[in-house]
Amino acid sequence: MNDYLLKGATLSDGRTTDILLGPGSSGTASRAAVKALGTNLSEAGATVIDADGLLALPGLVDLHTHLREPGFEGSETVLTGSRAAAKGGFTAVNAMANSSPVADTAGVVEQVQALGDRAGYVTVRPIGAVSQGLKGTHLSEIGAMANSRAAVRVFSDDGLCVADPLLMRRALEYIKGFGGVLAQHAQEPRLTEGAQMNEGELSATLGLGGWPAVAEEAIIARDVLLAHHVGARLHICHVSTAGSVEVVRWAKSRGFEVTAEVTPHHLLLTEDLVSTYDARYKVNPPLRRSEDVEALRGALADGTIDIVATDHAPHTAEAKSCEWAGAANGMVGLESALSVVQKTMVDTGLLDWAGVERVLSAAPARIGQVSGQGQPIGVGSPAEITLYDRSVSRSFSIDDLAGKSTNSPYLERELPGRVVATFHGGYATVLDGAVVDTETVSAHAAALVGAP
Amino acid sequence: MKHLLSTADLSRDEAIQILDISEDMAAVSTHEVRKLPTLRGITVVNLFFEDSTRTRISFEAAAKRLSADVINFSAKGSSVSKGESLKDTAQTLAAMGADGIVIRHPASGAPRVLATSGWVDAGVVNAGDGTHEHPTQALLDAFTMRRRILGDSGRGRDLDGVKVMIVGDVLHSRVARSNAWLLKTLGAHVTFVAPPTLLPNGVAAFDADVFYDFDEALARVKPDVVMMLRIQQERMNDAFFPNGREYARSWGLSAARLHGLPEHTLVMHPGPMNRGLEISDEAADSPRSTVLEQVTNGVSVRMAVLYLTLAAGVTN
Repeated sequence: MNDYLLKGATLSDGRTTDILLGPGSSGTASRAAVKALGTNLSEAGATVIDADGLLALPGLVDLHTHLREPGFEGSETVLTGSRAAAKGGFTAVNAMANSSPVADTAGVVEQVQALGDRAGYVTVRPIGAVSQGLKGTHLSEIGAMANSRAAVRVFSDDGLCVADPLLMRRALEYIKGFGGVLAQHAQEPRLTEGAQMNEGELSATLGLGGWPAVAEEAIIARDVLLAHHVGARLHICHVSTAGSVEVVRWAKSRGFEVTAEVTPHHLLLTEDLVSTYDARYKVNPPLRRSEDVEALRGALADGTIDIVATDHAPHTAEAKSCEWAGAANGMVGLESALSVVQKTMVDTGLLDWAGVERVLSAAPARIGQVSGQGQPIGVGSPAEITLYDRSVSRSFSIDDLAGKSTNSPYLERELPGRVVATFHGGYATVLDGAVVDTETVSAHAAALVGAP
Repeated sequence: MKHLLSTADLSRDEAIQILDISEDMAAVSTHEVRKLPTLRGITVVNLFFEDSTRTRISFEAAAKRLSADVINFSAKGSSVSKGESLKDTAQTLAAMGADGIVIRHPASGAPRVLATSGWVDAGVVNAGDGTHEHPTQALLDAFTMRRRILGDSGRGRDLDGVKVMIVGDVLHSRVARSNAWLLKTLGAHVTFVAPPTLLPNGVAAFDADVFYDFDEALARVKPDVVMMLRIQQERMNDAFFPNGREYARSWGLSAARLHGLPEHTLVMHPGPMNRGLEISDEAADSPRSTVLEQVTNGVSVRMAVLYLTLAAGVTN
């Protein structure tokens, strides 16, 4: 592996600088890191990348990814999901636990982590299930997962809500003992029986079962109070309503240790798309009203919502090409996340690029305790960098996807920006907008094993 | 008109055209040979993913009176119950030469998905989808109202100013939704009456007046038409209302409520009726009840819809 010299990149604070990335190597003290910043840097043997006009961000970190392996390899694998992540500028993902078998034992989380390490595109951090089999009745082996080689720190039954209030209380307390965080999928199950879309005038018109905002807000209200009561950290997945924003804002104003995420699709898309009955727009929590979208954008801008997380949810074509009620929930989102954030937050003036760095890299790394990620680019910082061209615009297409599934709601939509290059562990995973081939990347990853 | 998916898609002129052609079709049934050659050589598939003998038979009779070939496909006990998808079922039938697909499906929007997905070229007629719409029921209801209220002078006319009260399970009713859109398009005034549990959150979308109290609604509105909706048995076990007795007392068309109606008020029901629950014997069997006419008119209206979706390209 050789050094990379990124010439003339712009940092999120507006400074322009050359960036020299040095690779780590096995058996030596050298660690993949930013070796130098400055103007007119040169380094013999370094591969020079013209980064003039390109934004350099610390590699993006996703706290909410579905990699589908083990069990659902028809829609995604750790490898293909990692490629999708790299394509979107990510250098770390947190893999949700709803695989088959469920990630509720040390064995499964260690397997997922090992597959991620072998693929080598991103740091894969497994999320452990809160309850055995995601059934919401018994705690999973949280301690075993926390103490495993995977050292799990985020626990979630995502896809399902930890609905039982007593189990929720115990889980919050127990996870606290291992320094972890519980990421709650807030959905009151009884209030959402048969739910197919946001409840309101449109669901009345379309005859689809309503998913009322209160079913999310009531759980968030309960859980912020519970977390505060037991002194535990709580993270709220995919906040989708204006009312939820108000509850989180209130909890934060009281000093509760709560963090929250919003997905790119809830920042951009509204329920109106459901009137086509096109199952690409079926997602849980569902697309909401434009008032909700506005509130979510505002909350992300003012810090009420801490991060953007993709909820990348790949599904096979057959899981989506059917009637609405029969279709699977979810959309792929890794490859489009940064572009959607630019469109909804930066181009609207709500967030600057330092803010983007915060919500897509620094804060998710902190919440998920993902080491070696999310640090500002500086001498000695990890060699995890994304180069992004803010100036272009394109019609988003299948070619922009790098995972196994194509259930993107953005196909044929105009989106700004493009990830030009991604560096992970000092080597390139994306160059000239193209994902580097699997063999090259896994060879680099293997070479790093043993490096400190 | 390639498909009929929703009454919300129909303009006033289109709706009146369907009703007028239905009049022509009704006239056919008075002929000695109750059959037209219009759809000879055309194959219509009744694709029913949900049991509905009445609707299926009505469509079958309509298609046969237009000389179409009819294939009935019922999902029960078929490949569908073995996991075959809507897409494969529809494509299989299209491969057998279906020109038109009449679809009944438990999932709202399934007919629109079938019509817009590009899976098949056939014309699609929605025969009831989930809790969404049942457009031919609304058309036959409007046809029945126009005949009763305007008689022979109804041709070419809408239902301007007619006050229609729809009573019962609006939340789950595709009949109520299709009627609300169509009646509004035709100039009628719609009132919903139901307990709040059986009205959709977001009922304002329908631009109908809403009452919870049936007696107050009758006194205030003095409807020209009272349309009673069927109460599904399973609703009673799901906390929508305490029990059938209380429902019948509060929202049933009892003999007393029937006798309190204005002289000219029609009583309608899409069938099948739960006598003693949403409608009493007196109401169902009274001369102002149109229940059987609705069934008869259903065939004429469905003939018109099949004609317009499947033969219009040839004859227009």
